[in-house]
Amino acid sequence: MTGRVRRWALAAGLAGTAALMVAAGTGLPRFGGDQHPYGARAVAASLRQQTANTISSVNFDQRALDTLGEESILFGSVLGTVVLLRQTRDEHRVRPRPERVPAALRRYGAGLLPVTLLIGLYIVAHGQLSPGGGFQGGVVIATALHLLYVGADYRALERIRPLGLFELVDGSGEAAYVLLGGAGLLAGSAYLANVLPHGTFNTMASGGTVPLLNAAVGLEVASAVVVLLAHFLDQAIEITDNRKAHR
Amino acid sequence: MTGPLAALPYATAAWLFLAGVYGMATSRNLVHAVGCLSVTQSSTYVLLLAVGYRRGATAPVFSDVPTSVPVVDPVVQALALTDIVVGATVTALLLALVVQVDKGHGTVDPDELSELKG
Repeated sequence: MTGRVRRWALAAGLAGTAALMVAAGTGLPRFGGDQHPYGARAVAASLRQQTANTISSVNFDQRALDTLGEESILFGSVLGTVVLLRQTRDEHRVRPRPERVPAALRRYGAGLLPVTLLIGLYIVAHGQLSPGGGFQGGVVIATALHLLYVGADYRALERIRPLGLFELVDGSGEAAYVLLGGAGLLAGSAYLANVLPHGTFNTMASGGTVPLLNAAVGLEVASAVVVLLAHFLDQAIEITDNRKAHR
Repeated sequence: MTGPLAALPYATAAWLFLAGVYGMATSRNLVHAVGCLSVTQSSTYVLLLAVGYRRGATAPVFSDVPTSVPVVDPVVQALALTDIVVGATVTALLLALVVQVDKGHGTVDPDELSELKG
């Protein structure tokens, strides 16, 4: 297809989509309105289950099976990325040289790493109470480890990042979620049903299975981000292509 | 908010979607195309949060407010979270594919990738 034909096809497609969007937009609820039937029911169910953070209740209790699907997409993507970015036969690894880092940057990394790690763990642990949870906290934990790459160098990051272990934890997090769902069946209820005691509202021990599922997701997300970034960083820093040198 | 301004959040979502699709279709670089896909996807966040907004309401978290206060729709917020996670992982997978395309073909311009190579 020539450039000219392609631009016309694109313009027609975009105009058609825009027209459909405007037509659909007239049927949308008024912005900022008071009527949210699903929201009202989700809030009522969340309060019944003693979960202060309604969004966690929706994700890990009312729609826990959907979150299993979401987690599996994450797991599958990481798996796919690991396979795509593996070291092939005509590539070899060069060990990265130690880098000189400005003292101020080094202090910044060293000071911020433990704080960031703690915040990440806090966000995972308080998913049933305050905004956050396994997905958000997991990313913060993985970010904390990579402050070592900013504050020191890649060799330092590699020392605290045994990839095999993180890949194992990634799989374990996914498995833990699946098995926790099975606990619902053993208790004589539905798969992923919230069968644990719901506890006292607005305390750490509330929400039944919500904090446990959050912990499983936190494990998986933290190690998934570490594994993903490790493979991208390896491509950029360590793996060199023999053919590139010849080209 | 009434009148034409009430449609602004929905219009923003539509505009983000169209701008992202335009970018993808005219892209000359696969990394740029993956970025445009993220822009397209971010239109869904805007749409979801706009649908769930409720005037004068607070966040649907009851750890520091009484359970009687009006809150915005938590269902669409949970959907937006799912959306973000799936978007981030799919972006990672696509970027890994781009790395492989660059290795195999020596280019990331989609127009130069016309022939199949086994």
